Amino acid sequence: MNMNKESHGVFVFAQQVDKTITNVSYELIGKGKEIAVELDTKVSAVLVGSGIKELAQNLVEYGADRVIVIDDEELETYTVEPYTQALTAAVTAYNPEILLMGATAIGRDLAPRVAARLHTGLTADCTVLEVDKGKHELFMTRPAFGGNLMATIECPDYRPQMATVRPGVMVKRLRDKEAAGEIVLFDAGIHKNNCYVEVQKVVKHIAHKIDIQDAKILVSGGRGVGGKENFKYLYDLAEAVGGTVSGSRAAVDSGWLGKDEQVGQTGKTVRPGVYFAVGISGAIQHVAGMEESDYIIAINKDAGAPIFSVADVGIVGDMTKILPELTKAVLAEKSNKEYL
Amino acid sequence: MKIIVCVKQVPDTTEVRLDPVKGTLIREGVPSIMNPDDKAGLEAALRIKDSKGAEVTVLTMGPPQAADVLRESLAMGADEAVLVTDRAFGGADTWATSCTLAAACGRLGYDIIFTGRQAIDGDTAQVGPEMAEHLNIPNVSYAAAIESEGEHLLVKREFEDRYHEVRVQMPCLITALAELNTPRYMTPGGIFTAYREKEITTWTRADLPVEDENIGLKGSPTKVVKSFPKTVKAAGMKIERGVDESVQFIMDKLKEKYIL
Repeated sequence: MNMNKESHGVFVFAQQVDKTITNVSYELIGKGKEIAVELDTKVSAVLVGSGIKELAQNLVEYGADRVIVIDDEELETYTVEPYTQALTAAVTAYNPEILLMGATAIGRDLAPRVAARLHTGLTADCTVLEVDKGKHELFMTRPAFGGNLMATIECPDYRPQMATVRPGVMVKRLRDKEAAGEIVLFDAGIHKNNCYVEVQKVVKHIAHKIDIQDAKILVSGGRGVGGKENFKYLYDLAEAVGGTVSGSRAAVDSGWLGKDEQVGQTGKTVRPGVYFAVGISGAIQHVAGMEESDYIIAINKDAGAPIFSVADVGIVGDMTKILPELTKAVLAEKSNKEYL
Repeated sequence: MKIIVCVKQVPDTTEVRLDPVKGTLIREGVPSIMNPDDKAGLEAALRIKDSKGAEVTVLTMGPPQAADVLRESLAMGADEAVLVTDRAFGGADTWATSCTLAAACGRLGYDIIFTGRQAIDGDTAQVGPEMAEHLNIPNVSYAAAIESEGEHLLVKREFEDRYHEVRVQMPCLITALAELNTPRYMTPGGIFTAYREKEITTWTRADLPVEDENIGLKGSPTKVVKSFPKTVKAAGMKIERGVDESVQFIMDKLKEKYIL
């Protein structure tokens, strides 16, 4: 699709799995709405799946002006080809100027296939999206070089301008139960071809207690924690403050935590209210995943650790001594309050 | 069976440091390595070769020194190596890169194409699926296990909270996760052959059936407007005192911020 000045509107791919809309879709509708207002246009969510019509209203309540529903039995379980057909058909029919997708294991597979089919540019893992109102151009800023460098990318001559955004980077709007929006059923003409694959089995990993991306407080440990047994200090503090334990790549690679508890460039992006960085040196790859946290408290033996340059509060000291005392103090403070 | 493995030479980004004064990247002395996900793709190809027999060709696009990763691949056991290099291909984004590599694959012929899921310098994960689209073949991304079964591959396709067991007909393209396997080391005999006996085929613009509007910087839909070192937010307070004072300090801050 060559430059098409007629294109208008912001599209967001509304990812759902097992009839649950993935959080990043709401976050992107939030951002998409902001952009749409600036461009004096509308934000549409494209909801793709089988038996998912009733989910459309949720997208409206989080800010979608319109929901384009593509409901087809072929779309029951995600595979890239029929989903590509669905999305490209909607884009071809409606001609949006921008298409945003979550940088999930689905989005990072689907977006490039869609971009290649449409012949347009695609920018991965954006952290900042800004528009030039006059030229209707999207400026997409993303980390490059392992998070060492930021690059701002544009796609001047092709439409739609496509970007993926990692979960947890944008902020969803407050849900508005009264919101009204248009819901459209769209027939994408999905058809079997040589690019189909067959999903023989779906195996879910054992569900974890709380996704670290949803946690309000994270107590995160790194190599400096020194061993799996020392993580008990982190779990105790997390329980006292009502938080969740996460960690750096070093902690995951050492087998102290699971992969889904990893914060950073190759893990998850988190933005909790409070981030305790315990025994984490603060490699760029780690900082990339947590620097948007509202309040960062770092505890590290090494006074020269780079983590201190992003921390709001830096404590140089031995976490095995500080954490148990801190946990006690927090519990004492809480029980005090209960008596008041 | 013919297998193509796409590999990329990348700077070891874990070794990159920022100049603390200028805030710029220190690129000097950063070693170049074979991209880890690609190496897993190569190992997967070599395992199929070991068990069922296959001809494994490694393919890379880059400057002439990218031949180093091809030599390493040959030393690990690949049969052939192709370097696609030309100034005309420079500055390519994922669209232009995938068009160029797809054209090279088309010329080579294949039953399976392996790419890594993503390269550690760009982290886009886009080139593999885009190549599959240009070649009009199925792709399975994020492969954590692979088995071949006649004309099909059985692939364990990872997602955040689950995996799919996917059956895909060849010819197809698979993007490999580093977790897929532990790549073998080069053997002394392999190194000798790779550096003394094997030839690396070099293809330039003239050798590939690609359109000018789809290659290099000019053929790239996306353009870099600017790049800049990450702005680091101002550091807060750092204290170095005893346990009691440290705990009190944190408690005061937590209360001040209404966290407690």
